[in-house]
Amino acid sequence: MGAAFATFCIWILMTVFWALIGVAVPLIIPEKIENRRLIQTMLLLTSVSCYTFWLCIFLMQLNPLIGPELEIRTAQAIVEEWQS
Amino acid sequence: MALFRCEEMALYQLFLQSEAAYNCVGEMGEIGLVQFRDMNPDVNAFQRKFVNEVRRCEEMERKLRFIEKEVKKEAHINIPNNVPDLKQVPAAREMNELDNQLEKLENELRELLSNQEQLQKNFLELTELKQVLLRTSIFFQEADSTRFAAAARDDREHEEGEALLDVEGGASGGVAGGGTNKLGVVAGVIKRELLGAFERVLWRVCRGNVFLKHADIEEPLTDPTTGDSLLKCVFIVFFQGEQLGNRVKKICEGFRATLYPCPEQTAERREMLKGVEARIADLQVVLDQTLSHRTRVLESAAANLPLWFVKVRKIKSIYHTLNLFQVSQKYLQVQCWIPITDIPKIQAALDKGTSDAGSSVPSVLSQVPTKEQPPTFNRTNKFTEGFQTIIDAYGVSSYREMNPMPFTVITFPFLFAVMFGDCGHGLIMALFAGLLIWKEKDIIAAKSKNEIFMMFFGGRYLIFLMGVFSIYTGILYNDLFSKSMNIFGSQWAIPQDVAKTLAGYSDNTDTVELDPKDSFKDKAPYPFGLDPIWQVADNKLDFLNSFKMKLSVILGVMHMLFGVVLSLLNHTYFRKPLNVIAEFIPQVLFLGGLFGYLVFMIIYKWFAFDYTNSASAPQLLITFTDMFMLSAPDDELYSGQYTVQVIILLVGVACVPWMLFVKPTVLYMRHRNPAAGLTFKNLNNLAGDDGEGTEGLISNDELDRENGIGGDDHVISPDTHGAHSSNGNAPGAGGHGGGHGDDDEEFDFGQIMILQAIHTIEFCLGCISHTASYLRLWALSLAHAELSEVLWSMVMSIGLSYDSVFPGILILPPIFAAWAVLTLAILLLMEGLSAFLHALRLHWVEFQSKFYHGEGHLFTPFSFKHIVENPLED
Repeated sequence: MGAAFATFCIWILMTVFWALIGVAVPLIIPEKIENRRLIQTMLLLTSVSCYTFWLCIFLMQLNPLIGPELEIRTAQAIVEEWQS
Repeated sequence: MALFRCEEMALYQLFLQSEAAYNCVGEMGEIGLVQFRDMNPDVNAFQRKFVNEVRRCEEMERKLRFIEKEVKKEAHINIPNNVPDLKQVPAAREMNELDNQLEKLENELRELLSNQEQLQKNFLELTELKQVLLRTSIFFQEADSTRFAAAARDDREHEEGEALLDVEGGASGGVAGGGTNKLGVVAGVIKRELLGAFERVLWRVCRGNVFLKHADIEEPLTDPTTGDSLLKCVFIVFFQGEQLGNRVKKICEGFRATLYPCPEQTAERREMLKGVEARIADLQVVLDQTLSHRTRVLESAAANLPLWFVKVRKIKSIYHTLNLFQVSQKYLQVQCWIPITDIPKIQAALDKGTSDAGSSVPSVLSQVPTKEQPPTFNRTNKFTEGFQTIIDAYGVSSYREMNPMPFTVITFPFLFAVMFGDCGHGLIMALFAGLLIWKEKDIIAAKSKNEIFMMFFGGRYLIFLMGVFSIYTGILYNDLFSKSMNIFGSQWAIPQDVAKTLAGYSDNTDTVELDPKDSFKDKAPYPFGLDPIWQVADNKLDFLNSFKMKLSVILGVMHMLFGVVLSLLNHTYFRKPLNVIAEFIPQVLFLGGLFGYLVFMIIYKWFAFDYTNSASAPQLLITFTDMFMLSAPDDELYSGQYTVQVIILLVGVACVPWMLFVKPTVLYMRHRNPAAGLTFKNLNNLAGDDGEGTEGLISNDELDRENGIGGDDHVISPDTHGAHSSNGNAPGAGGHGGGHGDDDEEFDFGQIMILQAIHTIEFCLGCISHTASYLRLWALSLAHAELSEVLWSMVMSIGLSYDSVFPGILILPPIFAAWAVLTLAILLLMEGLSAFLHALRLHWVEFQSKFYHGEGHLFTPFSFKHIVENPLED
């Protein structure tokens, strides 16, 4: 339960972030800025491509089918450094 | 709008009064928005009206180049590099003033030059004479001086004294008997390298009867004409008899030795020496004054040089352009392409030109209706220029079709970054480009001629974006110089029981595999990017390869679908509903149906399968190929999969004849039955032709759009829906033009059919091959990551592997240097260029083939900008 909630939180955070950049900011750019259209296009494309990229990595790791194969020394190091 | 499509252009006729013509054309050059057409294509360059003026300008340029050469000879005079452009048209009378000024300057310089040469020649002669006098005194003193005093005689260059003979007789090896007892002397100066040959020739010709003595002159002398410094030596030849004397003199002439009169008396020599030295001193003073005068003249010229160059070039280009005009008694006329939005600006410039010339008759701009394809004008600023250049390198966009540039600004750096994907390398790249951007004003002013550097400089914004995106993808791939960052804590935990057993092992190369059931259960995935545990795992590639391949396919299908949607925008703009129905919809169904389904399967599999049912997870590639072979899947992704796949496949297969036959059939039926065609045509026939200018343009535009549907396929061009002859304009209501256009053009059904077949095959096969082509995103990012890792483990690790400080501290810096140099050379430069190239290919071929025609030609306005930017360039 905790995991699903955490997953959802992370996802909603990133989605909102890129939605702001890609949709909200282009709408509030004032009319008289010279390259308005170009900036809007750039922001939209940036947010779409970066969000897609992040989303693919995120979804791929959601339900992993295989696990990492660690050398013994590496595993020992992990137990010591990351897990205590 | 002018961002997504090129500017709207129109063909205008320009009438200029003869007096105002020069100024008006100059103003056009300043604003740089008009492309003139050559109205006299058959006329020889020498028969044009303004040939004399052009010749005068070229003469002036020649004079300027001469002056420049003279200035450059004096290394300390600086020619100012950045001359601010005054943005002024040089007045016509300035040409005369400048001409006179330059002529005066040139004559003065030439005079100074010849004077200087003369003076230097004299100086050289005097110096050599001085040297001769100095050295020969030694020669003479070696002989018995008493004998000389007794034998002082004549005005010729003879030396008496049998004593001399006796003294030198043995040395010369025999003296010819007979003749007078006088010894002739010839003294002079010869180049050192010719001395040996000179001696030999003398010996042979005079049969050993002459005696040569020589001494080197230590300081090198400067040759007045060439300015080279020469090493010379003084020689003196003793001979007996007139004939020998003549021979010796001829030989000296042959070897270009300069002869000097040399008095044998010491006193005379000393006097001569004094005289010579005095003259040398005087000459030196005169020379110095000449040189300083010359320097002053050159300095004053150098300050004005760039300005003059610019003026002369401007004037010359104005006359070149005037030569394109059609000239008649009172006025000149020309046709020109003008962007429609700039017409007020151009009109204002014309008015300024007319008023500057003091003419009262205004210039007239009137539109010319035409069916020609206008040139493509994409207005760029310093940011978008780099991107537009790489698009134009493949093909200039056809008139008014979608310009891929605004999209390329982001998609290109993004696809590059997917292939480059390293935080650290991206940071270096971004910093380098950031430096170029920060210093751009200085770099532009420096006007470097280094082509490779200027290429990097021209793409600075592109490289900056590439670096920034690479930082982002590097964070997501969790790759920082081949190391991963553990910011949020790895989500993979080694379970307790396994950890306990680990303590027992020691220095083993055995591996332990973490099962997601125990190590990942009930965890959220790593929030931002790849989990850091994968970097230290042995089976990292198994995991990553599958991911990167799927990512490449997803990005590829998205990119291509985007391209197809852009083609829809083109179809709607050019008002071709037939293309929408006959091409766009089947394309979307084919691409989206088949490959979109693949994307769907990828994403669905990520959701639907985890460690609990991983044994029954189907392999997507096999599923996909099975779909095409209509065989039932062994493991199902979801229930009902077989039916869905069959439906999608049938729809996809049905799209092929749809793309192949619908459009030619409709065109054929329209050709057979024009009255039954679109009602537009009937309306058009009723409206008739309007004579007004702007309406005329719309009429041609509508005419072409109408014919575009029926007519463009008659064109012998490889693509069928090319906007070849459309002067696309904002859609106007109720156009003119007519159905009679169809009757005029041929209808070649075979041609249309073939073109459509080519298009269909290209698209369908292209779908598959292009989707596979996007796998290069995976391939290059794998190569980059592996290279980076190899470089670290084989180079840098060595430096970090020493236990104690002492050898380590000595070894680490050179190892780091080696690692850094290899990183820059291999990973940044080589891989960077490689990823750049592949991203470019993906854009040019896979993306643009979905919608881009690229058959336009560039707008090349008459502009002074290029001339001003390179004032001293030829």
